[in-house]
Amino acid sequence: MQPALLDIDDLTIEFATRRGTVTAVEQVRLRLNKGETLGIVGESGSGKSVTSYAIMRILDRAGSIHRGSIRFSGIDLVGANERAMRDLRGREISMIFQNPRAALNPIRTVGKQIEDVLREHAMATRANAREKAIAMLRAVRIANPEGRYHAYPFELSGGMCQRVVIAIALACRPQMLIADEPTTGLDVTTQKAVLDLIKDLTREQRMATLLITHDLGLAAQYCDRIVVMQKGRIVEAADTATLFSSPQHDYTRRLLKATPGPESKVADLLPEGDARRALASPPNPEAPVLLSVEGLSKTFGAPGSPTSHRAVDNLSFKLHQGESLGLVGESGCGKSTTSAMLMRLLDQSAGALWFDGQDIGAIPSKQFARHPLRAQLQMVFQDPTDSLNPRWKVRDAIADPIRRLGGTGDKAQLRRRVEELAENVGLPVELLDRYPHQLSGGQKARVGIARAIALNPKMLILDEPTAALDVSVQAVVLNLLVDLKERLGMSYLFISHDLNVVRLMCDRVMIMQAGRLVEEGSTERLLNAPEHEYTRTLLAAIPNPPVPASA
Amino acid sequence: MTQTASTPASAAGAQASGWRQARYLLAENPVSAMAFVLFALILLLALFGPWLVPYDPLATYAGEPLQAPSAAHWFGTDNLGRDVFSRVVVATRLDLSIALVAVALSFVFGSALGAMAGYYGGWIDRLSGRLLDTIMAFPLFVLAMGIVAAAGNTVENIVYATAIINLPFYARMARAEVNVRRNAGFVQAARLSGNSDWRILALHIFPNTLPPMMVQISLNMGWAILNAAGLSFIGLGVRPPTPEWGIMVAEGANFIISGEWWLVVFPGAALVLAVFTFNLLGDGLRDLVDPQRRT
Repeated sequence: MQPALLDIDDLTIEFATRRGTVTAVEQVRLRLNKGETLGIVGESGSGKSVTSYAIMRILDRAGSIHRGSIRFSGIDLVGANERAMRDLRGREISMIFQNPRAALNPIRTVGKQIEDVLREHAMATRANAREKAIAMLRAVRIANPEGRYHAYPFELSGGMCQRVVIAIALACRPQMLIADEPTTGLDVTTQKAVLDLIKDLTREQRMATLLITHDLGLAAQYCDRIVVMQKGRIVEAADTATLFSSPQHDYTRRLLKATPGPESKVADLLPEGDARRALASPPNPEAPVLLSVEGLSKTFGAPGSPTSHRAVDNLSFKLHQGESLGLVGESGCGKSTTSAMLMRLLDQSAGALWFDGQDIGAIPSKQFARHPLRAQLQMVFQDPTDSLNPRWKVRDAIADPIRRLGGTGDKAQLRRRVEELAENVGLPVELLDRYPHQLSGGQKARVGIARAIALNPKMLILDEPTAALDVSVQAVVLNLLVDLKERLGMSYLFISHDLNVVRLMCDRVMIMQAGRLVEEGSTERLLNAPEHEYTRTLLAAIPNPPVPASA
Repeated sequence: MTQTASTPASAAGAQASGWRQARYLLAENPVSAMAFVLFALILLLALFGPWLVPYDPLATYAGEPLQAPSAAHWFGTDNLGRDVFSRVVVATRLDLSIALVAVALSFVFGSALGAMAGYYGGWIDRLSGRLLDTIMAFPLFVLAMGIVAAAGNTVENIVYATAIINLPFYARMARAEVNVRRNAGFVQAARLSGNSDWRILALHIFPNTLPPMMVQISLNMGWAILNAAGLSFIGLGVRPPTPEWGIMVAEGANFIISGEWWLVVFPGAALVLAVFTFNLLGDGLRDLVDPQRRT
């Protein structure tokens, strides 16, 4: 048998913290052959990124390789000195990070940045560097490479930036590429384009790829073999088909179930017998209209000026009582602007908003904070960390809307209500006296939900409420949301880019592109028989995990 | 992380963990531990100095002028026979309170102005920005001299002058810190909860700007002490015979040539020590309040 390109054996990585050493990675064994794509899948804290940092020897100062060996085409990487590693990085092993914009130097043109790595490893001379850089830009399928050579990173979109990063990573024709969540934060269509590109290029050059991701669907589509990590250990390693058809480890099975697929129901995401499983009732088409939007538009910048930009263009729709309506679109399509206007945080340029029979569009956003209807319209924000004040205790965060709008000055009553809300969203009451940074992502998400439902609103906007969460946490939160809607009779406007989640949560879906609605219909009809071209593109771009045979 | 999450959540627990945090950082960083000790010492002298000193700082002993440091007079005596040690110690209170009041004033007004400019933007921002630019355009010490000379030669005016020249630093910092948070998720959430703009600014955003402000205050304290002493040195503000470091250095300067070095060196050293302490304290405070340090 041919020796593996990368051979990791018994790798144990420890971090020195104030409370003693923490083992981040324990006894990891993996092999990667030439031309193979290996996926490392795990949730946050599973040690998947730390493993890749150890291969590149870029662990931060507190971390050290405690035991084990990493061999790359016969070279011992654990014992290699910094000079030898510098020579290997970029030329033999390259890495792509999560945030492409942060990986590029903002004040240097992208062409020069490709040249830098070529010159660094003596793969180009001053004379031909430019030509080679343009060839790389062409290889990553950037249109008009000669022109883009002079572009600065801020002039390019996120997907374009990631292509440039790939061009830099592949410029020296390395033998191995490590991609650490290369498409997290990118739109689905961009994600598909970027990953297809990586796949094609690595196949052409017979490169080995290590794809690190939290998304099982993605791994299924692009990897030959998958390793599942949990809490620093590899719990299962198998080729992709086997892993999905007959998962051996309990954790893998749970992860597979929690990943929403085209066939799953929201309750299926949690294991059978879990008390948190929720059942959604079928939509009631006769329910009265709660929110009616007519011709809603928002223009930024002075009208007629060259910088003026129409973010939302003539939007009209209705939301019925107890209905869950999905709003899907890619970044920059005007979803957030729309939700800010519906929430009366932003004044519209044109259009009418009727909520529960009242013309709320006529009330300026500045005055809406004290309006009695304020309590009826609430929102759960996308980033649970950003939406909680770091200097406020959780209890105060949940109590804030009740204090301001609930009209109860009685301390004991307020305390009881906050504890009741915490119980409602499944947040242990003893966590109420903590600060947000002492909570996990899922707990913070629950605090955000508890705050939003504190006043029993009639309508809740959910702005990608699970985008920042691990799939197993997402499963719990989605079930919680369904359960709350059933019990409290709220209407949801569910904003998301993840069509698989929308499928689970929504009765009806609207697809938005460049400020306009392009298609609207029942979830069933829209996702199974899309009419608009754009909807079809979106649907085709979602990576779907194969349905496990046991399901 | 997981460790943090497992600590007991009671108020007492949170306080204890705060102390643990402080102890850990001080043990890890002996320089800031030293700064905290020196700060405690300065505070002690400022509060209890007049009762601790061996001699009356104003009493003249005509029989013993210009004596070199000895067991009886640790820092020697000045040209009027006053005990330099007593005067240096007693001066701590005056110098510290001038600096403290000045810094407190510039913190309160500067951060209020900056916070409003950062939150509302528009004409408030433009107006306050130009006002601060105007202040910054002057050499600050000369501006302070001018203010004291114009407004009258009193200790209060030294305080006001010091406060005015420090104002732009607080205002700019508050503006920047508020500006980055004005559209944060928690601010939007506060709006949805029915908070008015004033409440959001005062209770939601402003507390988040405090950690960097604390550092600024500490660094600024040393600077304010130096400024007050500098004004006294050139004969503004505090008047003899009041013991004050700047005046003592000014008076002692006449005697350097004739060899009575202790008149200048000891008040000067006190000044250096105080400024040094507050600068080091700033570094230590930053470590304490910066979450990045909490690994």
